[in-house]
Amino acid sequence: MVGTLDQIFVLLKHWILGLLPPVLQPVVGVLLSVVAILATFPALFALTTVLERKGLGRIQNRIGPNRTGPYGILQPIADGIKSLTKEDIVPLNADAAVHFLAPLVLVVAVFLEFAVLPMGRNMVLVNLDAGLLFFFAVGASTELSIFMAGWSSRNKYSLLGAMRAVAQMISYEVPLLMSSVAVVMITGSLSLTQIVDTQNQYTWGLPHWYIFTPWGCAAFVMYAVAGLAETNRSPFDLPEGESELVAGYFTEYSGFKFALFFLGEYLGMFAISGLGTALFLGGWSAPLAALQFVPSWIWFFAKVMLSICVMIWIRGTLPRLRQDQLMNFAWKFVLPFTLLNLVDVAVWRFLGPGWLRWVVCSAILLIAYWVMGRAGMSREKFGPRSYRYAE
Amino acid sequence: MLGEGILKGLAETARNFAGSFVDKERLTTVEYPEERIAPAEAARVFPFLVYDGGDWEKGLRCVACQICEKECPPKCIYIEKSKDKKPDYAGKPQIYPAKFDIDISVCMSCQICVEVCPFEAIKMDNQFELATDDRFGGLLLDRKQLAKSNEYYHQIHPTEATAVDAHLAAEKLKVEAKAKADAAAKAKTAADAAAKASTAPKPSDGSAATPASAATKPVREGAESTSPAADKQTASADPSTAVVRGTSAAEDKPSRPDDKPIAQGDTPKNQDAKGKEGGN
Repeated sequence: MVGTLDQIFVLLKHWILGLLPPVLQPVVGVLLSVVAILATFPALFALTTVLERKGLGRIQNRIGPNRTGPYGILQPIADGIKSLTKEDIVPLNADAAVHFLAPLVLVVAVFLEFAVLPMGRNMVLVNLDAGLLFFFAVGASTELSIFMAGWSSRNKYSLLGAMRAVAQMISYEVPLLMSSVAVVMITGSLSLTQIVDTQNQYTWGLPHWYIFTPWGCAAFVMYAVAGLAETNRSPFDLPEGESELVAGYFTEYSGFKFALFFLGEYLGMFAISGLGTALFLGGWSAPLAALQFVPSWIWFFAKVMLSICVMIWIRGTLPRLRQDQLMNFAWKFVLPFTLLNLVDVAVWRFLGPGWLRWVVCSAILLIAYWVMGRAGMSREKFGPRSYRYAE
Repeated sequence: MLGEGILKGLAETARNFAGSFVDKERLTTVEYPEERIAPAEAARVFPFLVYDGGDWEKGLRCVACQICEKECPPKCIYIEKSKDKKPDYAGKPQIYPAKFDIDISVCMSCQICVEVCPFEAIKMDNQFELATDDRFGGLLLDRKQLAKSNEYYHQIHPTEATAVDAHLAAEKLKVEAKAKADAAAKAKTAADAAAKASTAPKPSDGSAATPASAATKPVREGAESTSPAADKQTASADPSTAVVRGTSAAEDKPSRPDDKPIAQGDTPKNQDAKGKEGGN
């Protein structure tokens, strides 16, 4: 019974495939999985928008949307109707073709990221050997779509937003990759399924998640920071800073194209959360051995939604960074720290099992964190800012 | 330590998040259409016309003196005087506004009309839910829509309304006392004339004049004409000046024939402005 519930979607797919002639089976099998992903994540997106608005409201001591349906639960439907019925405006001077393609490219690229994410036991669309590589390759192409949007709009705010976005995403792509490489160094595999399987073991009822190791914890924090920046989330939401750039690279988008950008942004959050879950939080494995009876896909989505909630929490807490602060943080703190973390992983690996590696690795990271924090903060001169104007 | 501030901030927002579910002090939102806070007594939105008694048309305090119309900075008041007269609160015959319109799409709630009104006839309302689907006709309030009873005024601004009532009562007393004094003076002059004619009794005029002047003295502090010598002048003065509080604006109050052209000159301008608005 427990196994059936765990594998219910897999069994359902096999049952449907059994009804079809063998020729069609591979194609339909893939299509079914794709449809499942295309249905699940936009639905989660709708849920997340209302969750975010309610959550932010509560953080700011407001109630949040509560007019549509009980507790405002139908808000996404109202938003959807609104964005569908709005006029789709293309600026006269815009490059119409690129302007039209940009949101599509974004959404397609982000959806591709889900192809390699294991969402439950035996629940992965394609079990690529180089799944992690594929994820980052596809994820990097979202920058293309953002720059397409900013460039084709022929609007200075769009272009500024796009340039900020590209600068930011390229800067944070590096620490994102570096923090993930730590996991690859330990598992020796780029396959996300394999990485999750490695973590799905228990000692004294506790899981072997990488976040519970010193290097894993550090890598996870760095991954979370870089992931926030990758998805343009607050406090790294400079590309769409409303107070500075109207809406950043999608200033000139309206109606459903705007909604697509919005969808793409949230899908990016899900993808980054899903990857973080797979890499550091044990993917679909239960947090306690005693809880393994709960279906694996519930754990995966629970972890993803938990990270989304933390993202919302951070958005409700931190103000936006300045561009130079953003860059300084990426290149002078996050990147060196992830590089150091790789050394730490190597030390962990070659010290072999035992208590010694826990002490040594923790000490390295804590001292490095403290020293870098002190250094970074002492160099910061707080005081009246001086401006030098261009001549 | 690096990141300490972030953790503190996260703790603060978490406290807000949890607190807003349990603590009424934190979640101060009033869900407006369903629940309302009673407006503060000092709250004031657009002006309205006060009337006394049960009949709004008869009880209007306004005497169409047009001071408010002239003082109104955005010129949102339009008044037409009546041809006939009707008695005011003190029983004196006064003209009344045949037409009194306020365009609340123009009105800026500055309260200047209220400040200048010598008759306590126009006061500030506290109704703010005035949305309408007709932005011209729906926002142009005529005198029937503007007329609200004194009881209503008491209800929305109790302190102010009580003060106004006391003031009006004092004014009324003054008018009555003056009328009495005038009557007494008249009687006295008549008696003097009669006495002169008959060259006879003194005690009769003494008994008639003394109580009247005694009653008049405490009430009319500003008036200079309680002495029998100046009585004649008082009797000949316009009776309506007795009601006036002594503001400079009140000097204009007695209806002058040259008011009309100004008022008419204003109206076409207003209509022009409105037409332009409609064109947009």
